Amino acid sequence: MHPAFSVIFLTTLIGAGQGLFLALYTGQLYSAFKLLPVQDSANYYVLGSLIVLVLLIAGLVSSFFHLGRPERAWRAAARWQTSWLSREVIVLPAFTGAVAAWGLVHYTGWNPLLFTISDTYEIDLSLVVGAAATLLCFFLFLCTGMIYACIKMLQEWATPLTVVNYTLLGISSGFILATGFAAWQDSGLVDFFGGWAIFVTILAFMTRTASLIRNARIRHKSSLETAIGIRHRHIEQKAQGSMAGSFNTREYFHGASQRNFKYIKWVFLVLVFPLPLMLLSIGLSAQAISLLIAAFLIQYVGLLAERWFFFAQANHPQNLYYQTV
Amino acid sequence: MTQLALVIDLNVCVGCHACVTSCKEWNTSGTAGALADMNPFGKDPTGTFFNRVQTFEVGSYPNTETVHFPKSCLHCEDPPCVPVCPTGASYKREEDGIVLVDSEKCIGCNYCSWACPYGARELDEERKVMTKCTLCVDRIYDESLPENERKPACVNACPTNARLFGDVNDPDSEVSQAIRDQGGYQLMPEWGTHPANHYLPRRRTHITIHDDELVRADNPLNKERQLPMPDADDPTLDETTSW
Ligand code: SF4
Ligand code: SF4
Repeated sequence: MHPAFSVIFLTTLIGAGQGLFLALYTGQLYSAFKLLPVQDSANYYVLGSLIVLVLLIAGLVSSFFHLGRPERAWRAAARWQTSWLSREVIVLPAFTGAVAAWGLVHYTGWNPLLFTISDTYEIDLSLVVGAAATLLCFFLFLCTGMIYACIKMLQEWATPLTVVNYTLLGISSGFILATGFAAWQDSGLVDFFGGWAIFVTILAFMTRTASLIRNARIRHKSSLETAIGIRHRHIEQKAQGSMAGSFNTREYFHGASQRNFKYIKWVFLVLVFPLPLMLLSIGLSAQAISLLIAAFLIQYVGLLAERWFFFAQANHPQNLYYQTV
Repeated sequence: MTQLALVIDLNVCVGCHACVTSCKEWNTSGTAGALADMNPFGKDPTGTFFNRVQTFEVGSYPNTETVHFPKSCLHCEDPPCVPVCPTGASYKREEDGIVLVDSEKCIGCNYCSWACPYGARELDEERKVMTKCTLCVDRIYDESLPENERKPACVNACPTNARLFGDVNDPDSEVSQAIRDQGGYQLMPEWGTHPANHYLPRRRTHITIHDDELVRADNPLNKERQLPMPDADDPTLDETTSW
């Protein structure tokens, strides 16, 4: 498939935003259950949710560039019963709204105590709003992944690993960002986020590699024989119905040379996993904010390459009809 | 339930592109707007077509056969392109099974085109909406046209009658009979899309002749053993006697 930059930015930006929110909320949960010191600086959550919002909205804006008719985008909420794309279109703003509400609760300080669990753990409004946002956040990962995983013709995508990878890569990117953010805010959660970031990044490395191995061994169901219905081992296309390009030659082919295609795979494998892990561990032990931020930025560039490769690797059966001009 | 469809006879198609041009001509004047033609006289001309004729060579030289292969939306009975559409712009009509795109609702997200394994959908570069074969829905019910012209433009244009049009769910229709009698098949059955359009295969007429059909096996003299069996290239009894 042809990788569209609008979609690459959409999925990587909201992934980072979702991951950052999950990190902040996990921190809050741990403090509510008295496993971590409470973050009393009001700025911490407010600033954190602002960064999440900026990432989500940037992603949303970039997605509009994918549409031929962006002015009609509101219509895309219509078919949530059948279409994962439609579901994402609903869940993304809902999650954005929930994060905004969560940030607002922290900002205004209007955070009434709702109930206590076994007289020790106090559950306040922000925890409940955050829980709702967390649910939406995971559902958003599911929607994003399923948009690709549900198209069975694109065999490289049609696997649960697609959803798993979108989720883990988003969480990894968000937790690394949270580590840098916590260091900047001097919040004492640096090691907590950093530890999780390393764990999730290693997990994501395993699942992403699993999907690479799976896709390397894929057997495509369609062939020229089934495409035109003639049983013969030697079928060669002589004309595709137009001398220059068409939508079919632009939308479904990545257009990069085989060498660059392979190169980008290695670029993302290095930039998304080992390099950020290295920077993280050095940054954590040396308490160097700049290294932690660099880990996030370098991994983000790697994620752009990862997403490019994800699209480019998918081989659409229609390509069988467009082999030679 | 009616399911209108095309049946395309690959045995007859000569690859003349008459269906392509008549399709473009009819549909570019449709109510949904013109079909784009970008750089028609420039270096990289490109444009929207609902129907394309491709050419394949089957076999290796010298035993090759050229197959001209017209390709358009197959109006699948289980169209994967419809449920994925987030706006409901893509839909399949209950009454005749035609799969259509509502150009007023489509947001041009391309998602449906990813779900179609046949590459039958093309985004119009000018109108920025998804387009595809409509089976000339604005023609086949038009009562101002003479009855024999109420068919898709491509069917009317085909000089070799390679394109048949009708209801594939009606067992007595011309298309159903052709599918049954002439081995009609569907493209890429592996995706479970159940295309309504069918293709009729290339067919060669073979006749098998056995040796004893070339030799007079019923030579009466031989049977009675009065004379030896004549050599195979000797004139036969019929040739030597005049009855
Ligand atoms: S051929 Fe493609 S566009 Fe047409 S109905 Fe089938 S899946 Fe949809
Ligand atoms: S391009 Fe149009 S018809 Fe296709 S899925 Fe998007 S909105 Fe639906």
